[in-house]
Amino acid sequence: MADARALPRRRFDARLVLAGGWLLVALLAAIFAPLIAPQDPLAQDLLFERLPPFWMQGAEPGFWLGTDSLGRDLLSRIIYGGRVAFIVAFAAAFAACIVGSTLGLIAGYFGGWADRIISRIVDIWMAFPPVLFAILLVAVFGTGLSSVIIAIAVIDWTRFCRVIRAEAMGQSRMDYVENARIAGFGRFRIMLSEVLPNVLPSIVALLSLEMGIAVIVEAILSFVNLSISTDDPTWGGIIAEGRLSIHQAWWVLVFPLITLFLTVLSFSQFGEGLKARFDPVLR
Amino acid sequence: MILQRFLVRLLTMAVTLLGVSVVVFVIIRVAPGDPIAMMLPPGASQADIDRLRALYGLDRSIVEQYFIWLSGVLQGNFGTSISLRQDVMSLVLNRLPATLELATVALLIALLIGMPLAILGAREQGTAVEAGIDVANGAALSIPDFLWGLALILLFGVLWPVFEISGRVSPRLELPFVTQFYLFESILRLRLDLTKDLISHMFMPALALALPLAAIISQLLKLSLKEVMTLDYVTLARVKGFSETSVILREALKNAALPTLTLVGVQFTFLIGGTVIIERLFSYEGLGNMAIDAVINRDLPLIQGIVLVFALIFVLINLAVDMMYALLNPRLRHG
Repeated sequence: MADARALPRRRFDARLVLAGGWLLVALLAAIFAPLIAPQDPLAQDLLFERLPPFWMQGAEPGFWLGTDSLGRDLLSRIIYGGRVAFIVAFAAAFAACIVGSTLGLIAGYFGGWADRIISRIVDIWMAFPPVLFAILLVAVFGTGLSSVIIAIAVIDWTRFCRVIRAEAMGQSRMDYVENARIAGFGRFRIMLSEVLPNVLPSIVALLSLEMGIAVIVEAILSFVNLSISTDDPTWGGIIAEGRLSIHQAWWVLVFPLITLFLTVLSFSQFGEGLKARFDPVLR
Repeated sequence: MILQRFLVRLLTMAVTLLGVSVVVFVIIRVAPGDPIAMMLPPGASQADIDRLRALYGLDRSIVEQYFIWLSGVLQGNFGTSISLRQDVMSLVLNRLPATLELATVALLIALLIGMPLAILGAREQGTAVEAGIDVANGAALSIPDFLWGLALILLFGVLWPVFEISGRVSPRLELPFVTQFYLFESILRLRLDLTKDLISHMFMPALALALPLAAIISQLLKLSLKEVMTLDYVTLARVKGFSETSVILREALKNAALPTLTLVGVQFTFLIGGTVIIERLFSYEGLGNMAIDAVINRDLPLIQGIVLVFALIFVLINLAVDMMYALLNPRLRHG
């Protein structure tokens, strides 16, 4: 048993390292944005509008990835945009995770009426188109960072709930749960100390996946101009700009898009990698 | 057995739709911001505001408003759009065909990409070909339709501009259509010049929606094909001397398709949910694009109508998949 466990751990998991590496770099850049960003992300300069990236004719030193139609430095805006993206990713994913996993555990472990009510609510939630639901909620709560976070959590808790419910249901039929019951443990105690640790690997994998989804939803919301205040740079906001000036300045769309691609891909691969590492069946 | 299953499903469907209508009603009624104030020019008198408020029934309690709206809906009356001042039902019916066509084309593309890849992967088990397909599936699954849409705009709109990047049809064209199903009608009328123009607009948004679904189809179908291919009857077909490809097509595919079907149904509802932002991205004049405008304009009756139509499509797809599963699955059919 000990050998079987130790074996894959020694194996170098390129997926985890690459994905984790990119996320770490992007996160550090966002945290230390004021130290790293070469320019003020909000500074407009009409003399420098639509400068191309550094390798092209007409580029200006100091504006590595070029500028947008208002002459703002693209690299600095992407670095600062990472701040909103990561705050939303962590806060929204954790909020969705706590609500969804709790309800999923209760539904899966207790079953009966609790399960029926929770499952019915999940059904109703699943009948909403998620993007429209998000836009609707932000319109209702008013734009702003906390609205975006709440909206994502309100919509995406069902992802956790469905998976954790199914897993908790499977776990609660296992012998060890029965043994704990015979040993005289209370139902809540069994749920928290026996069932929860066994569904934790799934929760962690889903959490990473959800962070990627939250980044996308935030980008979509700022793309339709419904995220945070329009002054602060966001990846979705830059992309919306890039979409408009795509024939004059393709780089305004390409660079934030590559950033989003890498970030979303990394979150999902990181989650998959963690799941593969923790999951006793896959291991 | 199947009838009973159908009736139970129909009942849960009604409960779900009722739930959706309550949730959306409550959400938009607690929203700050007055839709009436946005309709009137600045400087309108309080009497004008009150009159308009009464016209749209906004002067009553939420519960009363809900039941007035619900009884209207049951008679097919979804109210009047506040921003467009037209019947919500006819607005929705006008836009729905565009979205349905987009989703249908996307589903076709997903099947056309996903199924051959699954068959190829199952035939080339354990080779570099299968590994390559797995990597492509993983990437297509991790990247959402929104990002695929943007990448396609860059690829086929700018770098190699062969497709249109916005709208549903070129505005200069004269349209002879009597229905809103432009694409289907252009094919039926054999106006292939119009079909070409419509496809040119639809191709990129449909492909963006299709890619994640194609990956899922290819992954699941390959998995169940591989499972089926170890069974005796498939081995028998092999012994009879059929080639591996025809063993898959004639024997394995039929039985492998069933488990895939259920999950593809759920994924298809995700695809339809994705049309909201994809239509926005490509300025495609469908239901989703109108929905975003409705939210921005705080057009309460229109938002309610559109959300309910989306919910109805979702539950209908789930119902259809469930029924198809019951009809095709021999264990349930004779149960």
